Amino acid sequence: MTARDLIPIAVLTVLAALLPLVVTSSPVLNFLVFMLIVALGAQGWNILGGFGGQFSFGHAAFFGTGAYVTAILQLRFGVNAWAGLVLATLAGAAVGWAIGFLSFRSGLRGSYFALVTLAFAEVFRILANAASVTGGAAGLLIKLDVHPANLQFGDRAVFYWLVLALVAAVLLLTRWIQRSRFGAQLVAVRENEDAAKALGVNSLTVKLRAIALSGGVTALSGCLYAQYFLYVDANIAYGSWISVELLLAPIIGGVGTVFGPVVGALTLHGLGEVAKQFAGRIPGIDLIVFGGVLVLAVAFARGGILGLLERVRDRGRGMMARGPKEVSHADR
Amino acid sequence: MLTVDGVSKRFGGLMAVDSATLSLQSGGITGLIGPNGAGKTTLFSMISGFVAPTDGRIRFEGADITAEEPHRRAERGIGRTFQIVQPFAGLTVCENIAVGAYLRHAKRADATAKAREVAHRVGLGAELDRPAGGLTVAGRKRLELARALATEPKLLLLDEVLAGLNPSEIRDIIPVIRGIRDEGVTILMIEHVMQAVMNLCERVYVLAQGRMIAEGPPAVVCADTRVIEAYLGHGAAARLKAEGAAHG
Ligand SMILES: Nc1ncnc2c1ncn2[C@@H]1O[C@H](COP(=O)(O)OP(=O)(O)OP(=O)(O)O)[C@@H](O)[C@H]1O
Ligand SMILES: [Mg+2]
Repeated sequence: MTARDLIPIAVLTVLAALLPLVVTSSPVLNFLVFMLIVALGAQGWNILGGFGGQFSFGHAAFFGTGAYVTAILQLRFGVNAWAGLVLATLAGAAVGWAIGFLSFRSGLRGSYFALVTLAFAEVFRILANAASVTGGAAGLLIKLDVHPANLQFGDRAVFYWLVLALVAAVLLLTRWIQRSRFGAQLVAVRENEDAAKALGVNSLTVKLRAIALSGGVTALSGCLYAQYFLYVDANIAYGSWISVELLLAPIIGGVGTVFGPVVGALTLHGLGEVAKQFAGRIPGIDLIVFGGVLVLAVAFARGGILGLLERVRDRGRGMMARGPKEVSHADR
Repeated sequence: MLTVDGVSKRFGGLMAVDSATLSLQSGGITGLIGPNGAGKTTLFSMISGFVAPTDGRIRFEGADITAEEPHRRAERGIGRTFQIVQPFAGLTVCENIAVGAYLRHAKRADATAKAREVAHRVGLGAELDRPAGGLTVAGRKRLELARALATEPKLLLLDEVLAGLNPSEIRDIIPVIRGIRDEGVTILMIEHVMQAVMNLCERVYVLAQGRMIAEGPPAVVCADTRVIEAYLGHGAAARLKAEGAAHG
């Protein structure tokens, strides 16, 4: 990775880190934290779906696993919340690997893979709703005990910075993937699996690594969700709402790009909030906005917002230079 | 180096390849010809691991690779191109070739350098940053060749890399193939362009209806009555003649 790869990430992270110094209202900070948690989970989805081309409709399976693992470890086994964070991430990676092993080994791709992930998430939801270890339908409350050692902070801004740091870390991870052999092989598998195999790519291993990373990152976001709201139940953790959020954000922002998931999460939730402000009395107005944005993105911006910006930039350059169109996929 | 020993492939009721035997010494260019549907591509797919033989064994440098996965065979040094080109359409030419180069070069800088070098060799030097999806037919064929070459193979399987090219493009690519051979890469090529086969190959195998019916120097094989009959039986003799005229 070069300085050019790192500077945009560093600049955006520092700018975002300054926000709580300006904005101190709790609802706004709550909104920002929630949005960053969604962005983080979407970054996880993007590793598998964006770079690997394996579209999952059931990333709730990982989000929920992260949320439940930390809650159960803390409540039932007295594990420290920070250790819970690490273990939840590892559990998500393990679940990812297992789901990947079962589906990729049997050659599932495309819509079949999407349906299998959806099925896993649903099965987990039903199990979590029924089992006693997960608190059944009542869910689990993480004990309120504000102390940094418990991953609970008096000031919401601290949690915001924590989530932001993790989002930045995953931006770096994604950038590294994009610049590495692993990433090149992952993208090759997405573009044409047989051609990749002929060039010596072990497509099964590559996909398993991707789904493990993806599951780990999304589980981390689920864990943060549980830790911030101190509550988890089956419909929150394993509900299809989160599967949809995690796949919408990258598609809107720019699938298979480093910043796409973050841009997408920001756009969706930003517009959703604005809509709520202006038409708060209409129930589900934010969902209507989500749908509208998705339709617009699919119809007019196949590469998401970032893809659209790139095309506009290329066209601008083309007009100035009147030369051949420059291609810069690598910069995104 | 490569031994294909009585290999067969059955697709339902069709014997696409019927106990074919073939053996390559290290070095040189060997042709594999035969009428359409003879089973040439199927044989390539079995050598490179994409299709499992119903019967027979395949050995490479002494090791039995019959059941090995395609990526393992690529690691061993078997490179192949696809008759129906399979570019990574969303990637640039350079990124396409780099995927092949990453097989022997873990670092991005090394793989990219290797990719550039290979691109220049096959005449794609000017297209490095273009999306592969935007290449012409000739460009895509070159890209197939470049990617396989970037894996630094010992044995290169070329499946009709000249098909769809015009005579001047063929004249450009023939020295490239010869250059690869001169570096010590063993080449097995499926080709319909007889002029190129005569030009390049030291030896030729002829496959017809799944069976290996002849083997030897190209001039001898083309005079073989079984071979002529195999082509005439499929009405391909006229097409060959026409091609010969077009490229000759
Ligand atoms: N996957 C498959 N399933 C069923 N039949 C197949 C399959 N692949 C090839 N065949 C059949 O096997 C026979 C041999 O096909 P193959 O592609 O190997 O021929 P070929 O010699 O490469 O022909 P061409 O010169 O047209 O490329 C053909 O009849 C083809 O239809
Ligand atoms: Mg063929």
